[in-house]
Amino acid sequence: MEFAGKILFMAVMAIFVQNFVLMRFLGLCPYIGVSKKLDSALGMGMAVIFVMTMASTFTWLIQTYLLVPLHIEFLQTIAFILTIASLVQLVEMVIQKTAPALYKSLGVFLPLITTNCAVLGVAILNIQSEYNFIFAILNGLFAGIGFTLVLVLMAGIRERLDRAELPASMKGMPIAMIVAGCMALAFLGFSGLKF
Amino acid sequence: MSILIHSILTLGILGLIYGLGLAFASKKFHVEVDPKIEKISGILPNVNCGACGFPGCAAYAEAVATKGAKINLCAPGGDDVTKKIAEIMGLEATSTDRKVAIIHCQSGGKNNTKFKYDYQGIETCKAAILLSGGPNACNYGCVYQYDCVRACKFDAMHIDDNGMIIVDNEKCTGCGACAIACPRNLIEIVSIKKRVHILCSSHDKGAIARKVCGNSTACIACGLCVKKCPVEAISMQNDLAVIDYDKCIVCGMCADVCPTSAIFDPLKEVRAQKKATAKAKAEAMKKKIEEQKSQEKKEEE
Repeated sequence: MEFAGKILFMAVMAIFVQNFVLMRFLGLCPYIGVSKKLDSALGMGMAVIFVMTMASTFTWLIQTYLLVPLHIEFLQTIAFILTIASLVQLVEMVIQKTAPALYKSLGVFLPLITTNCAVLGVAILNIQSEYNFIFAILNGLFAGIGFTLVLVLMAGIRERLDRAELPASMKGMPIAMIVAGCMALAFLGFSGLKF
Repeated sequence: MSILIHSILTLGILGLIYGLGLAFASKKFHVEVDPKIEKISGILPNVNCGACGFPGCAAYAEAVATKGAKINLCAPGGDDVTKKIAEIMGLEATSTDRKVAIIHCQSGGKNNTKFKYDYQGIETCKAAILLSGGPNACNYGCVYQYDCVRACKFDAMHIDDNGMIIVDNEKCTGCGACAIACPRNLIEIVSIKKRVHILCSSHDKGAIARKVCGNSTACIACGLCVKKCPVEAISMQNDLAVIDYDKCIVCGMCADVCPTSAIFDPLKEVRAQKKATAKAKAEAMKKKIEEQKSQEKKEEE
């Protein structure tokens, strides 16, 4: 029971309270770039969930069984980036094979997950928070879900904004920025949650 | 020392494992791409001007290879590219109808145009026309802030000594970027074969149009060209003569009758020369015949 409670707590923390995009301000590039259409936002979210979970798994293993025993923790960043980049390449190949339409709509943002700071962020935060293996994986998963949630919400809002009557100078990116700010304010409300 | 060796080994082995894994994955998830697409995109000029109607050269290449799009749509590439694509696709090359930009205003350049006031704002036509209908006296003409020249990616538009914008037909690819840039819609993309143009866009009444035009070459809507045109290609729309290029046979008769020379015919001199030589020939023939006749008469006598 205590274990389940801990997981629930972690999920709420990672998805709402410490949301990667709106509270930690990591991974803002795809948040603005891929949130024009709901379909591609959902696809991007799924890709990020997968990459974050896998990255958490592998980076935790590498940190615990390779870097710490050999006393080369200073290689953390480069080793993690290497891992994440390879994972993204793998995801890109799989998506290109299985869903060409999604591959096209994601465009350049798919390889850009490589340098998405949210992915590296979750890997490093896992280590800093001293999570054990299972919690590290779950944290990666929940962080990815949080990212997807915000991305999909944003895409839904922007799809509607396309049809809204806006002043010409507000159309497109300016109103997206304002919406992003409003969403960040709304998510700030979750920081009052206490268990 | 051991830290150094450990770091090199660790990263090296990690890299090796990932590399091998990716190599394996790339074989397993290999996607067959039509080799024609790559070949065609290699030939296309890759300026992504969009003149073909597809979003960029890559999309056009794919459309040609897989969806049977026409092969002669690439304006910047012209006939060369069409021929090469035809070779790849095994089709017959039909010549491209090359298009170039025509500026429907010849008010004489910045130095000759009549201005209402001295515009000193931001150097863009879009801003200039906002200030009380533009700085120039003619409400329809070029304001000479050269948005079109800046929009041209192919260095095909030049400004001459008078401040006039000259389109270099050799370099112009007909991509239409200048036509989009012009806030007064003075630029039209027309087939290079259609050489006769009405170089005025003024909808003003005749007297006003002539008065405000720097060159006094405005269309005064007299309608002579409409009457003269043998194929009814010219029509009067809102006090402005407009050529229907589909009907125009480039005979140049409208340019001959236009009282303000608002209609431009680059072949005028050539035509005049041809006419002169034909006349001379005919006269020579006449003389010959007359001589022959007179000789025959003499012989009879």
